[in-house]
Amino acid sequence: MDTLATIQKQFDLLQQAQPVSSLHAIREQAYQAFTQMGIPTSRHEEWKYTRISGVLNREYHVAPAGMTASLDLASFRQHALPGFEEASRLVFVNGLYAPELSVIRSQGLSIQPLEDAAAGAQKDLVARHLGHSRHYLQDGINALSTALLQGAVFVQVGKGCQLDHPLHVYHITDNRAGAVLAQPRSLFYVAERSYLRVMEHFITLGEPGSFTNQVLEMVVCEGARVEHYKIQLEGPSSNLVSTTHFHQTGKSFVHTVTLTLGEGLVRNNLNLVMDAEGCEAHLYGLYFQRGEGHVDNHTVVDNARPNCFSNELYKGVLDGHATGVFNGKIFVRQDAQKTNAYQSNKNILLSETASVNTKPQLEIFADDVKCSHGCTVGRLDEEGLFYLRSRGISQETAKSLLLHAFAVDILEQVQDADLRAFIDQKIEERLEIELI
Amino acid sequence: MLTIQDLHAGIEGKQILKGINLTIQPGEVHAIMGPNGSGKSTLASVLAGREDYEVTGGSVRFLGKDLLELSPEDRAREGLFLAFQYPVEIPGLSTTNFIKTAVNEKRKYFGQAPLDAVAFLRLMKEKMALVNIDQSLLSRPLNEGFSGGEKKRNEIFQMAMLEPRLAILDETDSGLDIDAIRIVANGVNKLRSQDNAVLLVTHYQRLLDYIVPDFVHVLYNGRIVKSGPKELALELEERGYDFIKSEFPAGQPA
Repeated sequence: MDTLATIQKQFDLLQQAQPVSSLHAIREQAYQAFTQMGIPTSRHEEWKYTRISGVLNREYHVAPAGMTASLDLASFRQHALPGFEEASRLVFVNGLYAPELSVIRSQGLSIQPLEDAAAGAQKDLVARHLGHSRHYLQDGINALSTALLQGAVFVQVGKGCQLDHPLHVYHITDNRAGAVLAQPRSLFYVAERSYLRVMEHFITLGEPGSFTNQVLEMVVCEGARVEHYKIQLEGPSSNLVSTTHFHQTGKSFVHTVTLTLGEGLVRNNLNLVMDAEGCEAHLYGLYFQRGEGHVDNHTVVDNARPNCFSNELYKGVLDGHATGVFNGKIFVRQDAQKTNAYQSNKNILLSETASVNTKPQLEIFADDVKCSHGCTVGRLDEEGLFYLRSRGISQETAKSLLLHAFAVDILEQVQDADLRAFIDQKIEERLEIELI
Repeated sequence: MLTIQDLHAGIEGKQILKGINLTIQPGEVHAIMGPNGSGKSTLASVLAGREDYEVTGGSVRFLGKDLLELSPEDRAREGLFLAFQYPVEIPGLSTTNFIKTAVNEKRKYFGQAPLDAVAFLRLMKEKMALVNIDQSLLSRPLNEGFSGGEKKRNEIFQMAMLEPRLAILDETDSGLDIDAIRIVANGVNKLRSQDNAVLLVTHYQRLLDYIVPDFVHVLYNGRIVKSGPKELALELEERGYDFIKSEFPAGQPA
């Protein structure tokens, strides 16, 4: 059965199994959108350099709703990050929320199946915010996530709750019984004056060749602060589309860092909708790619209201035959006077065969704003290399030190000390250097 | 220690060094002086192994090895040190990590175990005191935002850490005020011994007031046209380089 047939079958099953669910209509609508738009090809402007249609041109399994996770707590722990004993955990396996692997360790944090939230007290919140990302991602991939909406969660941080420990979100795709199409989905509601630090991890088990289409939508309310980290360390041949959509509905603060060290096909969508006066957001990204790896970062900052500040810095290193894409859009609506929006993308190419396509896009409809953007693509500084070598440092190590130096201002944005130590170790292993 | 014979080198097809001969023994300080464009910095760069330059003839032996066959890093490990005229700023690389890596790569080259963090920091403290450099400078990214004097002081500190057999100081005095020159010179003098040697490349005589050379060589038009004791530097200072130019119009040695 090809992917489209699998998708249709899965959609029919879902709609029949849960005819009265409040999610029925939104799935229906999204499925219609999906059939109209289809899987994006390179003719789609936003998918020009990321070929995904071929990836979906194979047979996938979709885990049926309610299926028990294919790994138990003991085997999960083997793949989880070491340490973080006090952190809360939200685990998805093959796109389905796995409550038996998840744990809440902070007061003020709640996690429940999206179906329950949509039928219960949070009904209005879900109706208002679920699927908000579709306004910014008009393609079949985003529609597909909603069309097959199942096993999703609603995460809430209560009013005024400052979570003392981070929440780790694991997206596990278990390919051991065949290639999987996994679509983990979550809606976060970070209430007024609360604080959340959240880290997303991506893990594929078994043979490569899965496809993960993950969407996290987050509502950030008045006075709330969110720190968000997306950690992508996967090896070759995992295929991932990861969407993070922040909707700042009140004066609030978002700090987000995306680290892509894996070598598969990775497409990250990061949207930041600043829908209230006085919002602030910091967006950082670092990508190291080699081999046949492909990484695509599409970001949107939508300044819909006045007096907002955003700063964006993405840096990348591409080696071998790796390809990179950076597309950064900044919208400043007519209303959004006194916007400050900055964007920068810097790339280093280490081989003749690596390439990057970088495209900043500013669309400004207000007249009293400060915006800037810039992008660079270059090679390692020869003078710096010689300086290091002239002190007895080998060419390879000198390169590594310069690459680390290039990356360090992004690494410094990882404000969680334990996560920073973990990432530093990964980077040092990758670059084969040892720093103090 | 260092024997340069009939060295020819150039860059992008342009001949700059046209037959350099120079021998340096342990314990000696040599100064190479000359007008702008005479090839002073080219000589320093060729000895350190800068790859933009092409050696077209001659030989250089350093401590019994064919220097020109060695990579820049192996030259450094064998004991050659170039203090840069323009030390490179590397934002994001801590000075400490840079020097620790350099020290340990040299140790590895000689089959020694790497220094651990504690031993390394102890060594650093000792050398900091020797060349009078402040910890705050070394906590910053390598040379980033350093003043000219701070950069040169950092070069001398690196020299102290790496303990070279031959240190080449390329225009180390350029852009420094007299206090900074004195500090840098003091550092170099403290590091001098019977086992190591110094090659000063300089345009002006003033550095030689503080680091007193045993020999002064005048480089002009790619050749050493005159050599003598330290008094030669004073003569150059007094008479300027014009007398060299008129005495050796084609750069022919005497």
